[in-house]
Amino acid sequence: MQYMILFNETARDFALRSDPTRAPAHMGAWAAYIDAMAKAGIIVHGNGLMPPETGTIVRVRNGVRSLQDGALQDGALQDGAVQDGPYADSKEQVGGYFILEVPDLDTALEWAARSPSASYASTEVRPVMPPMPQ
Amino acid sequence: MPRASAWRWKTWPARGIPARPEAWLLTAARRVLGHRARHAQVRNVAATALAQLAEEAQSNPAGATPDHRLNLLFVCAHPAIDPAIQAPLMLQAVLGLDAARIAACFLVPPAAMGQRLVRAKAKIRDAGIGFALPAPADLPPRLDGVLRAIYAAYGTGWDEAFAAESRHVGLAEEAVWLARLVVALLPDAAEAKGLLALMLHCEARRPARRDGSGAFVPLARQDTARWDRPMMEEAEALLREAARAATPGRLQLEAAIQSVHAERTATGRTDWQAIVALYGLLAQLSPTVGVQVARAAALAEAGDPAPSLALLDALAATDYQPWWACRARALTLLGRRAEAQAAFRHAAGLSTDPAVRTWLLAQAEA
Repeated sequence: MQYMILFNETARDFALRSDPTRAPAHMGAWAAYIDAMAKAGIIVHGNGLMPPETGTIVRVRNGVRSLQDGALQDGALQDGAVQDGPYADSKEQVGGYFILEVPDLDTALEWAARSPSASYASTEVRPVMPPMPQ
Repeated sequence: MPRASAWRWKTWPARGIPARPEAWLLTAARRVLGHRARHAQVRNVAATALAQLAEEAQSNPAGATPDHRLNLLFVCAHPAIDPAIQAPLMLQAVLGLDAARIAACFLVPPAAMGQRLVRAKAKIRDAGIGFALPAPADLPPRLDGVLRAIYAAYGTGWDEAFAAESRHVGLAEEAVWLARLVVALLPDAAEAKGLLALMLHCEARRPARRDGSGAFVPLARQDTARWDRPMMEEAEALLREAARAATPGRLQLEAAIQSVHAERTATGRTDWQAIVALYGLLAQLSPTVGVQVARAAALAEAGDPAPSLALLDALAATDYQPWWACRARALTLLGRRAEAQAAFRHAAGLSTDPAVRTWLLAQAEA
């Protein structure tokens, strides 16, 4: 069965990636985890994602396209105007994902528990939806 | 859509005493032991309950204890029930924990744990599992199931003892509590004493497993002054009592291994040869992957890293974090630095505990 595991991180966790003193340990933990999954032969696909401020959120309402800076909370949009301010430091956002091919949920949860983000923020496991019947 | 029978079981506590006695006992046990503040309070209540039980046991020379919790434990650990759900069932039936908390303890989604508990209870009823204590001849294998489930719960609690979130904290204590209950109810069961001794020795070292900054401290580096002496003494007394029965078993052997480690408080050194010998016996009784990997670790520390590595190679338990950590240690002792670094990294990648992960990655860099 395929599961997507989503690694959630806070703004502080994202900042660790470019912290000269702490990045080596932080990225080393991730590299060790991903290598272990690769050696177990369960990775279908996966990637880390650039931080939320590099993202752009697209909405189309009544034929009008509005764009929003990914670093801003996805609060109510009125006439394309963003209503909410920047993210609080504690807000978690997806920092990476993997699709795993594993026998069952328990195995997927076991791997999710080993992810560094499970210890400092959170990791979510979602079953991949089976193909829609033709 | 749950079956009607399963649904009925779930609603019993809310509907008062049902016709079936085992259900009544489950409800009664929950009422007695559940629905109250846990942790600090549980120790006091447990102490009182255990004192009462000891009195009851003495006034019942036939050994027929009126305490229903023992029956409950045996029902929960019946061989017909999925071993994976036995410890959760005990925690619910005997300690009164709710499904959500048990789910958190065992790292399972609450809804899934709820379903498994309901299924297991339906199985108890539909399969007609009796509520009587097993006959004396059947007792040892059945007791083994009870002890194994408690041990599994303790193992989960041990792994998660330092989890940042408090949801896991307490499972180890609850497992110790269950073991105390079994020892009090079955004073002749040497293996039950072995299990309790084993867990107390492990609990005694808990304060030394992390340093002041929260960093992982491996056993060899732990400050023995931080080990809990009274707990170790209680464990030693239990082990001596168990040994008098002259019926050695897996859990007594594991406790004896802990006992050798505890001797370091007096001698300042660890007798690895004794530990290797004990693991040799243990591997004959119970050749599990966990035991074999621990035996390989002891061999390496006793000065035999080559046979240690050979034993690990034969096991090839590549999804088991301790296998990689042990392999890394043996490779280090053999001077195979590059392979050791890769093994430390792999062990780190399989760790769920950030402090252990950090320590292993530091070893890979060293």
